[in-house]
Amino acid sequence: MDYLKSHIDLNELVIDMRKITKKFGDFVANDCIDLKVYKGEVHALLGENGAGKSTLMNILYGLYTPTNGEIYIKGKKVDIKNPNVAIHHGIGMVHQHFMLIKPFTVAENIILGIEPITSFYQLNMKKAIEDVEEISKKYGLYVDPRAKIEDISVSMQQRVEILKALYRGAEILILDEPTAVLTPQEIKELIQIMRNLTKQGKSILLITHKLKEIKEAADFCTIIRRGKKIDMVEVSKIDENQLAAMMVGREVNFKVHKEEKRPGKVILQIKELTVEDNRGISTVKDLNLTVQAGEVLGIAGVDGNGQTELIEAITGLRKAKSGQILIKDYDITNKTPREVFESGISNIPEDRQKHGLVLDFTVYENMILENFRKKPFSKKFKLQKENIINFSKKLIEEFDIRPKDENNLARSLSGGNQQKVIIAREVTNDPELLIAVQPTRGLDVGAIEFVHKSLVDQRNKNKAVLLVSFELDEIMSVSDRIAVIYEGKIVGIVDAKKTTENELGLMMAGGGYK
Amino acid sequence: MLKDIAFIFGTTFMYATPLLYGALGGVFSENSGVVNIGIEGMMTIGAFSGAASTFILLELYGNALWVPWAGFLIAGLAGCFLALLHAIACITFRADQVVSGIAINFLGPGLAMFLGGRIFGGSGTTPTIPLEAKLIRPFDTILKGKPLLGMMLNQYISVYIVFSLVGISWYILYKTKFGIRLRAVGEHPKAADTLGINVYQMRYIAVLISGFLSGLGGASLSMAIIANFRPTLVSGQGFIALAAMIFGKWKPQGAMWACLLFGVTTALQIYLGSPAVGLKISTHLLSMIPYIITLIVLMGFVGKSSGPAANGIPYEKGKR
Repeated sequence: MDYLKSHIDLNELVIDMRKITKKFGDFVANDCIDLKVYKGEVHALLGENGAGKSTLMNILYGLYTPTNGEIYIKGKKVDIKNPNVAIHHGIGMVHQHFMLIKPFTVAENIILGIEPITSFYQLNMKKAIEDVEEISKKYGLYVDPRAKIEDISVSMQQRVEILKALYRGAEILILDEPTAVLTPQEIKELIQIMRNLTKQGKSILLITHKLKEIKEAADFCTIIRRGKKIDMVEVSKIDENQLAAMMVGREVNFKVHKEEKRPGKVILQIKELTVEDNRGISTVKDLNLTVQAGEVLGIAGVDGNGQTELIEAITGLRKAKSGQILIKDYDITNKTPREVFESGISNIPEDRQKHGLVLDFTVYENMILENFRKKPFSKKFKLQKENIINFSKKLIEEFDIRPKDENNLARSLSGGNQQKVIIAREVTNDPELLIAVQPTRGLDVGAIEFVHKSLVDQRNKNKAVLLVSFELDEIMSVSDRIAVIYEGKIVGIVDAKKTTENELGLMMAGGGYK
Repeated sequence: MLKDIAFIFGTTFMYATPLLYGALGGVFSENSGVVNIGIEGMMTIGAFSGAASTFILLELYGNALWVPWAGFLIAGLAGCFLALLHAIACITFRADQVVSGIAINFLGPGLAMFLGGRIFGGSGTTPTIPLEAKLIRPFDTILKGKPLLGMMLNQYISVYIVFSLVGISWYILYKTKFGIRLRAVGEHPKAADTLGINVYQMRYIAVLISGFLSGLGGASLSMAIIANFRPTLVSGQGFIALAAMIFGKWKPQGAMWACLLFGVTTALQIYLGSPAVGLKISTHLLSMIPYIITLIVLMGFVGKSSGPAANGIPYEKGKR
């Protein structure tokens, strides 16, 4: 080991999980996994969805008991029965979905469960605030202890989560997909925070499937695939492609192949659109946007800047307050979802389980959700089951949906295959405009490849594609043009080939208006 | 004129009191995340138990000073009993909290009438408690000979108790360890659980407090405002209490103002219906006023206020 940061102590193992096996019935989620974390390092745990990362971390945090195997913390064998035991041994976890109480203040959230009290069970908020200020200064994690959680940004909320663990004396921090909700700049800050913490002797377990972050932040990386440990590597000695290959088990193609194409006529035109959210606040304000045939227009932005309301207004799920939405000069403003669909818009919705599929319907029923009234699926009020089944079989074959059985319930499919059902259905409509919102969320690398290819195929067929995603890498590799949305407005449109992550990140945070 | 205002003032406090007990009960239960529409049933069983036990204790021990207090306490415990059923159904067995609450609302009056019929015979009305065995009026001697002040402030002890409970509840909910945990459990039970707080225990305690207070609310009707229990005594006041709690944005002080608003409408109804005013409006129409105000309030304001985030959602440990 020629290069390693000086504060990593290779003589001290803080976590030593040995031959951990966890079975759920016949299913082996973790198969004899070893995980070693040294003091002062950032250790990445890399694996696809369903590889067993979460199971392993839940075992470490006391939420599951392992079927077999032993856990040593700082050389001592421990039996972690519940999260309280884990906390007692200095393990803190920052969950992917924050465990914060929104109407409470930062300080209240941090002290909850181990509240400092004066006599008569009265909360000592003065001491709580002083305590929070002290640790926040010690670790360089600035927060305002008096601010309410609902009023602070997502990255601030993440700091609160980290402080919560530190306040309980955590020596080992588990960060579960911490960058999923952050802008590129915030990710940089987080990586800096992680470095600060390891310098002070803390160890960090970083769960992720983003290779770039592992390269930037981690010292060692343990790769698991289908419940088995594949390898533990020193990050500085390996590149992203090798990591990806180990994670997936085959070579992965990150570059999306796109033929050169000149965009055609305007398909979607949005003029001065204003949309209100459920609270009556205008989250989309006088927004202008066009999408042309033969291009993928990507909308980049941090979650909650009006993306949801914009798409709902286009697809007819939400009333536009003012403005116009035209598809090929045909006005679809405030038309019903069916009229919008008939005008040539298909939609891959953000929440595939809630809005894309009826989970308790079969695959073949899901295949005709939009077209069930039409021939050949329906004749004189009666569904033509044979035609529907044949149609579904064809799509299952064409889109490689597994398992190859149209009678399965949509619920029983994996996330990737659920998404394939939706894509098969939507693309077969042959729409003028295909809208895709977060189409690869929660999918593994193989499925992501497929989704990206499907979107680019539409573009190559001279159709228009509107892609909304919070993943900058996705936006940059799939789109032709990128529109950045910030506080309900498009603050800039750039050429995907010419822009940089920095430039986009700045615009996403509201700075650098171009 | 001054007399009229004093009358309305005093009556307002008198009629706001049972509502406020119920509403404070709701505040505790719902801040912990358990919807309690069973307040009506809990108030009914409390009203019956308070009046019935006071009467029985009077027969057994004579007119001792502690008798009404014991009756008052038993009323609270009876509310607790129904609350325990609600808690077991909603917390341990994760039943639908609204359905369970409806069941409680049938169970409360049913049980009261059944027991009333068994013990005292007839249709479930309890015998009248003599005046000296009702809850005390603490300022009775001081205010003697001062008709105006007396009309306003010579209230039963239950009135003074409930208005001090507003402050005490606020202190408990917002200034103590217990309170912050209770509210945490109602907002984000999983977060509380990961911090080592026992969600089920907190919710049980909150629902039991809710039952106890509702029971006292019932007794403040049957042992103070009037002196016996009858099946029509509570007649929807539990629901008005619930509306007051929602109108008061799930906060003790908010619930208090809402209850005073409802109290004032009842006082006005009584005032306008009295022969001295001589309005020619049917008393049946007048007695609709509090309920109509409830409807208007619920339609107009409730949509905009939202309660604790996890209110009404059963908590299941280990569920993702």
